[in-house]
Amino acid sequence: MTDSTFTAALDALNALACGLFLLAAFAIVATRQTRGCLLLFIGQSLLLAASAFVLGAKYQSLHLMAVGAVNLISKPIVIPWILRRTLSAEVYARREIDQVLNIPTSLLIALALAILAYFLTLPILGAVAPQFRSANVPIGFAGLLLGAYTLTVRREAVPMLIGILAMENGAFFAGIALSRNLPLIVELAIASDGLVLVFVTGVLVRAIQQHIGSTRVGELVSLREESAQLGAAVEEIP
Amino acid sequence: MTLIALLLLPLIAAGLSALPRLRALSPAVTAASCAAVLILASETALRIVAGAPAVSFRGWLSVDGLGALIVWLVSLVGTTAAVYSWGYMRKTSSHQLTRLRLYYANYNLFVFAMLAIPMVVEPTLVWIFVELTTLTSALLVSFESTRAALEAAWKYVALSLMGAAIALLGFLVLFAALQAAGGEPYTWEGLARAAPRMPPVLLKTAFVLILAGLGTKVGLVPLHTWLPDAHSQAPSPVCALLSGIETTSVLYVILRLLPVLDASPFSGVRDGVVIFGLISVGVAAFLLLQVRDYKRLFAFSTVEHMGIILVAAGLASEAAHYGAMYQILSHTVTKSFCFFAAGAAVLTVTTRDIPAVRGLVRISPATAASLLLGGLAIAGAPPLSVFVSEFLILKAGLAEGRYVVVGLLTLFIAIAFFGVLLHINRMVFGRRADDSASSSTGSPAGAVAHAREGAGVLPLSCRLILLLGGALVVVLGVYLPSPLHELLRLASHGLQR
Repeated sequence: MTDSTFTAALDALNALACGLFLLAAFAIVATRQTRGCLLLFIGQSLLLAASAFVLGAKYQSLHLMAVGAVNLISKPIVIPWILRRTLSAEVYARREIDQVLNIPTSLLIALALAILAYFLTLPILGAVAPQFRSANVPIGFAGLLLGAYTLTVRREAVPMLIGILAMENGAFFAGIALSRNLPLIVELAIASDGLVLVFVTGVLVRAIQQHIGSTRVGELVSLREESAQLGAAVEEIP
Repeated sequence: MTLIALLLLPLIAAGLSALPRLRALSPAVTAASCAAVLILASETALRIVAGAPAVSFRGWLSVDGLGALIVWLVSLVGTTAAVYSWGYMRKTSSHQLTRLRLYYANYNLFVFAMLAIPMVVEPTLVWIFVELTTLTSALLVSFESTRAALEAAWKYVALSLMGAAIALLGFLVLFAALQAAGGEPYTWEGLARAAPRMPPVLLKTAFVLILAGLGTKVGLVPLHTWLPDAHSQAPSPVCALLSGIETTSVLYVILRLLPVLDASPFSGVRDGVVIFGLISVGVAAFLLLQVRDYKRLFAFSTVEHMGIILVAAGLASEAAHYGAMYQILSHTVTKSFCFFAAGAAVLTVTTRDIPAVRGLVRISPATAASLLLGGLAIAGAPPLSVFVSEFLILKAGLAEGRYVVVGLLTLFIAIAFFGVLLHINRMVFGRRADDSASSSTGSPAGAVAHAREGAGVLPLSCRLILLLGGALVVVLGVYLPSPLHELLRLASHGLQR
């Protein structure tokens, strides 16, 4: 195989990963099952790792390969393991019937966000050197926006957490194309930070489940100026 | 080496506090480690004041004037809040002594993360420590495990982490901009040197993403909604840390980018920053008027002050930047004292509801006096330090000819002044309208009646910190020691090219 066909094959593979990554982001917006949400996140992380490997092969960058490897281990394996340790299985069995908006509306808004991301990143792609120009950038931005949207319309704690993680995936997806020479120690630190994030959030969600009896955090709306009048904030002091 | 010690001390203290065997010692360990950090931080700051350009360690950690100011303030509030926690936490959570060691372990880790932000020079690592401040303080916010506290902690975590993810993309784009300029290391200084050669589009995108993302954590309007919840539901010493210094130490990261943007070819960023700041000040000033919880009152005042600092940093002159640094100092000292006073009020009257507290001066003169001093100081009454710093900022704005900005800022500050003192005045001196019929109103009246029996409940450590903090608030208003003045002056250079 000549060099140019090899590069073309890698480009095609990366384009495939990009397309599937965006599809996964849409699916996270739309899916109802908590478990399905988690599986989609794992798939999205695998695509992120795949894209890092492909770009690493294309530019012969060991560093990108390492980023791919770190993502391959931390997100699809360690994060679900931490979640399983901190949360009860009951949380995963949940189906979320009512999001804040219904799913077709949500998907339309998500589509608008993806198009917005494309137009937002056009000037960025115009400004960087050709070797940083890649479909990863608009799709990473779209992933970030769709993650933020997921966080906004969900009410169940674990899908909201996955929205946050999907945002970070999006940022990274753009990052592996834009800033691929970031020191490895920084990448490692960000990956381990993600693990701390999942652990702390998991502990918090478990506390919410124990004390309130539900993980529907979207329904916790007692702290507002107007409703503060109803319940005088009395501290529980023995 | 000092910097390494500064970072290691809280980590060791966190490890010791988490040990089950040393449970009883964890408050003492925390206070001692924080005091040692304060001494080391003061020493570092004095070295900078004496003329050392920067204290650094192997190109990874470095502290200049601006960094030294933040490090010193973190260690100051860290120490006072640790001592305050000693009595306060024992009083409020005596039934769960086992959980207290988790409180202190988290507390030390939180202080560690805040100390690291101004020391680390690599922006993406700074981002990680910003994220760690959220993660280490989340369980402190939810510590009381009430429904409201858990709700506040969840909002805090969800919004802060959302902001952090946006900021992460900003930092990655910033790195791409640096690469496009070529040849400089990814540090704050390297960024400033490379800025003229960076593609403006990338730099602008990065700044907008970082401002929006970290602005969430600072509590800038419109993403401030979590702040009054988290800053009111956490235990009072944690509120002092959150409101007093955590917001400022994240704002520091935004401030670091201003000289980079100045060096780049496009203009108008500082104007954008001023407008963004003014919106926060204005919205917070009006929200202050309608609160019903006195800890939320102080939390909204934090949003207001962050806006003022941002406005001052966005102005062009050196005098305005000095004012911004002075405002950081006065805000930190005063706001932490306010939350100590609010904590004392919580201990005295066991409610945070403003209408339920009337005539505090007759129930507990000490609490009433500190609450009044805190309210006057944070609202900006002369001659206290917030007044001085706000005055400096307004004067600098006038000297620059920014009449509209100064006019609006004065208006908003006046509204906030009125708002804070309206509530505090009623709480301290107000007479119950229904003194005769109080039995029919239920819990609030009951709470105050309960407080009358248990007046003078303030633990020793709380009284000590109230006395010390109050003295600091008063003294800083009339007398600024010359090393501190020099530190503020050096720190303000961090905002200039």
